[in-house]
Amino acid sequence: MQRFEFPRFEFVGRFARNRGALVGACLILVVALMAIFASVFFPTDPLRIVGLPELWPGEDPEFPLGTDSLGRDILSMIVHGARATLLIGLFASAVATIIGVGVGAIAGYFGGWVDEVSMRAAELFQTIPNLIFVLTIVVILGSTLTNIVIAIGIVSWTPIARMTRAEFLSLRDREFVQACRSMGMSDFRIIVSEILPNALPPVIVLSSLVVAGAILFESAVSFLGLGDPNVASWGRLVGDGRQLIRSSWYICAIPGIAIMITVLCLNLVGDGLNDALNPKLRDR
Amino acid sequence: MAGELVSPTPALRGSARRTAALRLLRRRLIQAVPLMLGVVVINFCLIQMAPGSFLELMTAENQVSDPATVELLRKTYGLEDPVWMQLLKYIWALLHFDFGFSYRQNMPVIQAIWIHLPATILLMVSSITLAVTIGVAAGVVASMKVRTFWDSLVSIAAMFFYAAPSFWLGIMMIVLFSVKLGWLPVGGMMKIGGTGGVLEILHHLILPTLALGLFYAAIYTRVMRSSMLEVAQLDFVRTARAKGLSRNKVTIHHVLRNALLPVVTILGVQMGTVLAGSVVIESVFSWPGVGSLLFDSVSSRNYPVVLGIMVLGSLVVIAANIAVDLVYMWLDPRIEIR
Repeated sequence: MQRFEFPRFEFVGRFARNRGALVGACLILVVALMAIFASVFFPTDPLRIVGLPELWPGEDPEFPLGTDSLGRDILSMIVHGARATLLIGLFASAVATIIGVGVGAIAGYFGGWVDEVSMRAAELFQTIPNLIFVLTIVVILGSTLTNIVIAIGIVSWTPIARMTRAEFLSLRDREFVQACRSMGMSDFRIIVSEILPNALPPVIVLSSLVVAGAILFESAVSFLGLGDPNVASWGRLVGDGRQLIRSSWYICAIPGIAIMITVLCLNLVGDGLNDALNPKLRDR
Repeated sequence: MAGELVSPTPALRGSARRTAALRLLRRRLIQAVPLMLGVVVINFCLIQMAPGSFLELMTAENQVSDPATVELLRKTYGLEDPVWMQLLKYIWALLHFDFGFSYRQNMPVIQAIWIHLPATILLMVSSITLAVTIGVAAGVVASMKVRTFWDSLVSIAAMFFYAAPSFWLGIMMIVLFSVKLGWLPVGGMMKIGGTGGVLEILHHLILPTLALGLFYAAIYTRVMRSSMLEVAQLDFVRTARAKGLSRNKVTIHHVLRNALLPVVTILGVQMGTVLAGSVVIESVFSWPGVGSLLFDSVSSRNYPVVLGIMVLGSLVVIAANIAVDLVYMWLDPRIEIR
């Protein structure tokens, strides 16, 4: 029986040759470490007032990124915000991947009317303007972290479903699948343990890109003031700083740069993964 | 969705093309019905899942206690009926464009949305135009000068604009162009007490268009670049070159037109995200469109307006998709779209 064999060393080599992807991966690692050890670096509550208000970056060496309108340390808020931002991105992407892989696998494997219905559903979710859908869900069901994560997952699953479906369509009639069928293996087992591992590589790439998209979504929701009130994500920091752009625009600029760098690096990593997993496209 | 190939038919001309376009239009309109029904059902499910009763939802914003109004709502939506009957009544009401009444604006929801729609459509159209123009131009330049300084410059710029949150980009542009340089207005659609002349509106349109459009310009640049490179390798391009046409002529007349197709496809798929993106941009620039209305309604928990915007927003997306399909057909007459 054919098993998916992950060409590990070759893969790592190919990934590392892509300089952009490597830099992206390193920076993501830094952001992730920041998120994990946030309370080690800055043990006090980031929302506590620690200094004079509106200190510009560099003005006081104690606060390298300055302080906001209330005198809170911006660096500390950025470091703590990394946790919220990354977690929301990861979980939302996980939700989108689970829905997308589930729908796509069933649609591609069974075909026929199941496929038709699934693809119409995907079209439906692409028709509803995504952010409007997220805002509607969040405002009706409540601005909790769970609802935001689920809402972002619900609007992000369609590309993953299409990709998974395409992979399943091309794999479902291969010899190894026919062999499993003739052995009397159940559909469920064929889908999960035979086809899925082979279909996963391109899906992983998409999922990493969905993390980037989810971070942008979350930042927009928080920026509009609809984020979870107990969570200080980067988007909310931009929104909080918005009133002061005439005097202290850095309060707005810094968290935005953090979002941009993180999203940029995730995209670079996604591109790198794509190149490494699909060597045929590498030299394009 | 745009661009699903059925068997290629010979190029259609004149009246044949017109009938083909009409046939496409009819098929698309029929396909739109289940889509809209789906949107309405999702809407209904959201209402059902909401904490609190439907009546509370529809009147939440002002705690309407007028018994006559409550009775009217109860009757319109059949709140004592079983759920499926409620759904049918809900669909029936929407079919008559009855989206409820907004007490905040003191007018029917449909009217409140209607008067905000033109500003949003203006912003969408200008952003998409900007995005396609920049994206196609930059993509063509990058592909013609592939692996040079210009190519890298375009790729790096595209990467940054693809990663920057649009609302943040908007704020930063306000800081630079409005606060520091004083060239462009901070927000709004016209000056306070202004007459609303075309130039005045265009002046106000520049920054929101850039903030919304540059993200999509980045996407189209990337797509256009790789599409140009791909098409340039095809046989017919070599034939055209072999005929003795210059490189520039081949690029513009042969490669460009064919390379545009993926851009058009993506344009259709992304119509919904452009509309959604305008929500955030409108709130940054106080642009008086549907996005501002949505933001205001979301903050005041004005649910009928929020739900109405979701339904009508989907309708706009479907209409835009049909338009994109027609453009697609015009660009490539061989293609008959399913």
